[in-house]
Amino acid sequence: MTEHQPVVTENPWRRLSAWTDARIGLGRAGVSLPTREMLAFQLAHAQARDAVHLALDTERLMADLSDLSGRKPVLLKHAPIHLQSQAVDRLTYLQRPDLGRRLSQPSCDALDRLGHTGESPVDLSLVIADGLSSYGVQQNAVAFLDALLTDLESDDQSWELAPLVAVSQGRVAVGDDIGQRLNARCVIVLIGERPGLSSPDSLGLYLTWAPGSGLTDASRNCISNIRPAGLSAEEASRRLMYLLREARQKKLSGVSLKDRSEEPVIDQGIGNFLLR
Amino acid sequence: MYRYSLGDRRWQFATLAELMAKATPARSGDRLAGLIAHTAEERVVAQMALADLPLKTFLTEALIPYEQDEVTRLILDDHDPVAFEPVSHLTVGDFRNWLLSDLATPEMLVRVRAGITPEMAAAVSKIMRNQDLILVAAKCRVQTAFRSTIGLPGRMSTRLQPNHPTDDITGIAASILDGLLYGSGDAVIGINPATDNVAQSVRLLQLMDEVMHTYDIPTQSCVLTHVTNTLEAIEQNAPVDLVFQSIGGTEATNRSFGFDLATLAEARDAALSLKRGTAGNNVMYFETGQGSALSADAHHGVDQQTCEARAYAVARKFEPLLVNTVVGFIGPEYLFDGKEITRAGLEDHFCGKLLGLPMGCDICYTNHAEADQNDMDNLLTLLGVAGCNFIMGIPGSDDIMLNYQTTSFHDALYLRRVLNKRPAPEFEQWLTKMQIFRDTEGKVPAEGLPEAFRESLARLPEGPGHD
Repeated sequence: MTEHQPVVTENPWRRLSAWTDARIGLGRAGVSLPTREMLAFQLAHAQARDAVHLALDTERLMADLSDLSGRKPVLLKHAPIHLQSQAVDRLTYLQRPDLGRRLSQPSCDALDRLGHTGESPVDLSLVIADGLSSYGVQQNAVAFLDALLTDLESDDQSWELAPLVAVSQGRVAVGDDIGQRLNARCVIVLIGERPGLSSPDSLGLYLTWAPGSGLTDASRNCISNIRPAGLSAEEASRRLMYLLREARQKKLSGVSLKDRSEEPVIDQGIGNFLLR
Repeated sequence: MYRYSLGDRRWQFATLAELMAKATPARSGDRLAGLIAHTAEERVVAQMALADLPLKTFLTEALIPYEQDEVTRLILDDHDPVAFEPVSHLTVGDFRNWLLSDLATPEMLVRVRAGITPEMAAAVSKIMRNQDLILVAAKCRVQTAFRSTIGLPGRMSTRLQPNHPTDDITGIAASILDGLLYGSGDAVIGINPATDNVAQSVRLLQLMDEVMHTYDIPTQSCVLTHVTNTLEAIEQNAPVDLVFQSIGGTEATNRSFGFDLATLAEARDAALSLKRGTAGNNVMYFETGQGSALSADAHHGVDQQTCEARAYAVARKFEPLLVNTVVGFIGPEYLFDGKEITRAGLEDHFCGKLLGLPMGCDICYTNHAEADQNDMDNLLTLLGVAGCNFIMGIPGSDDIMLNYQTTSFHDALYLRRVLNKRPAPEFEQWLTKMQIFRDTEGKVPAEGLPEAFRESLARLPEGPGHD
C-alpha cells in the first residue's frame, strides 16, 4: 500500500479557537481553505440568509411585553403598543430604509390615541424594532428590558416612562417620531442588528436625547452586540444607565456625550498571552 | 440645461448633477434617492451628453454650491491649474481616451493629479467599462509609509482586522496571532472596537503596541474609533500610530459623522507631533463607501458615486496612509447585489487612485445583500489586477463583531499566488526572519508553529470553550 502525504496542513495553534468565536486556526490546502471549513462557512451563510427573512413573531413579543408590564407595574403603567412602519413587507424594507424610518398613518393615529400620558413630558420612551434580525429582538429584547427596568427602579433619580412600543419593519430613526409623539425627553430604540455568520441574534441599542425630526446618527449613542455570547443584558443596562444619567444632566446625546463608564475588566481570557 | 439629440429625439437634463446621476451605471441607492435614469436608453444618452462636456465645466459649475459646502470649497480652492494643463482642453469623452492612451504614463498620471477634481474623475468613470477602470488604475502609482511602505509595484498589503464582539483581549490576541502566522497585517493592525469609548480605545492601543514591540513587527496599529476619541487618547499619552475617521463627500455628511475639516487637521497635527513613524509620516486612515451621503440625508441631489469621489478630496487634503472603500458594508438599499458591489469597488478604486490616494478596498457583503463568496472572489481578483494597495484580512472571512463578510487571510495568499504579489518589503523581511514563511516573498507559510511564538502558546492553558 502506498503512503499518501496529508494534503491539508493543520495549524498547531488551532486550540486558540477555544478563546474566540473567530474562525482561527482553520488550516490550509495549499494556501486555500480546506473543504471542511469551506462548507462550514457556506452552511453558516445559508442560515444567516434565511434568518434575515424570518418575520418577527409579534404576537409572542407583545405577550412577553405584557408579562413584563405585569412584573414592573410601577414603571410600566400602560399597555404596550404595537405599530407598523411604512415599509409594508421585508423586500420593501430592505430596499427602502426611508419607509422603515416612518410610521404608517394608522400607526400615527393609534400612537396619538393610546400613547398620550398627559401634558408634562415623560423621561423616557422605550421602543423595540425588528430591524435586520427579528431573531435578535425575539431572543434578547425582553431580557434586556428586564435588566434595565430593574436598574431604573433602584436608581437614585426617578424615571417616568411612556408606554412600551414595538415596531414591525422599523429602523432606528422611527424612534424619533415615536419619542416626539409621546412627549418623551429621551428615546431608546432596541433593534435587531445585521445577522452575522456567528451571531444571528445580536441586539443593538440607540439612545437619542430630545427626539425629533431631522436628527442624524451624530445625535445618538449606540451600544452594540447585546446577546448571551456578546454583551450581557446586565452589562448593557449598566452602560446605558451611565449614558442616561449623563444625557439627562447635560441635556444632550451623540458625539458630545462620551461613554466614560468605568470598565470592569470583563475579559473571559487570560489577557495578552502574546507577551513574553 | 444640458441637451442631446439622438436621431429626431431631443433629450434634456436640467442640471449637471442630474446629468451625472443619470449617466451612472444602475444601482439601488440612486434609485432610492430618485436620481436614477428612467430607462436604459436615457442612461446611455446621458453618458453621450456627458462625454461631450468639457472637463473645464467642473471648475466653473459646482454640483454643490461653494457657499454652502466646505468640501466644494476645498475642491475648488485647492485645484492646481498647472497640473491640469495637459488635460485642460479635453472633453470627458476624450479624457477617457487620454487615460487609456500611452500618453497617460504612470509619471504623467502623477503629474496631472492635483489638476483633477473628484467630479472629473467621477464623470469619466461613468463612461468607462470595468476593464477601463482596471487598466487606468493599474497605471496609477500611489506609495505611502509609516513603519511599512505600502503601494510599491508588485506589492499588495493587508489590514489585519482582529475584531471581537466584546473586545476581549485574549480573543483579539488569538486573532492577531492567527493573522500574523498567515502573513497578514502589513498595512495596519486595525481593530473596530465593540464600544466607542476612550478607555476601551486606549486599552486596545496598548495591546497592539505591546505586541508590535515584543515581536518587533514593522507595521502600525489603529483603533477605528471617532476622531475626537483618538484626540483624547493622544492627550492621555496612549500609543497612537494612525488617526481613523469615516468620511463623506459633503460637509453635511461629515457633520452627521460628528466632525469637520478643522477637526481632521487638528487630529493629524496631534498624531504627527508623536513622531512614531519610521519609514514615513502618513498618519491618517480613512474609510469611505458609496451611499453614506444619502444615508445621512446630505447628498444635495448628487449621485452616490460622485459623492464618494468627493470624499476623496477630503482624504487627499490630509495625506493618508490608507484609504479604504468599504464597498459592500452599507447594504442592499445602496448596492443591491454582487454586480453592483463589483462595479462600485472598481469605480472607487479607480477614482481614488486617479486622485492620488492609497486606495484599498474592504471587499465585502452583508447577509441581507444579494451577494456571496463567489462575488467577492471575482472582485478580489479584479482589484488585484488593478493594483489595489491593500485589502482586509480576517479569520475565515467572518467578522464576528461587525456581522459581515470580508476577505480572509487565505484570500490574500490566494491573490499573492495567482498574481505574483508580495507584502510590504519591511514586513516581508520580518516574515522570513521570524520563520513564519519559508520563502522570501510571503507566499509559502511554514508547516508548524514558528519558534518565536512557541513559548507564548505553551503558556496558554486549555481554553474554556470547545473547538
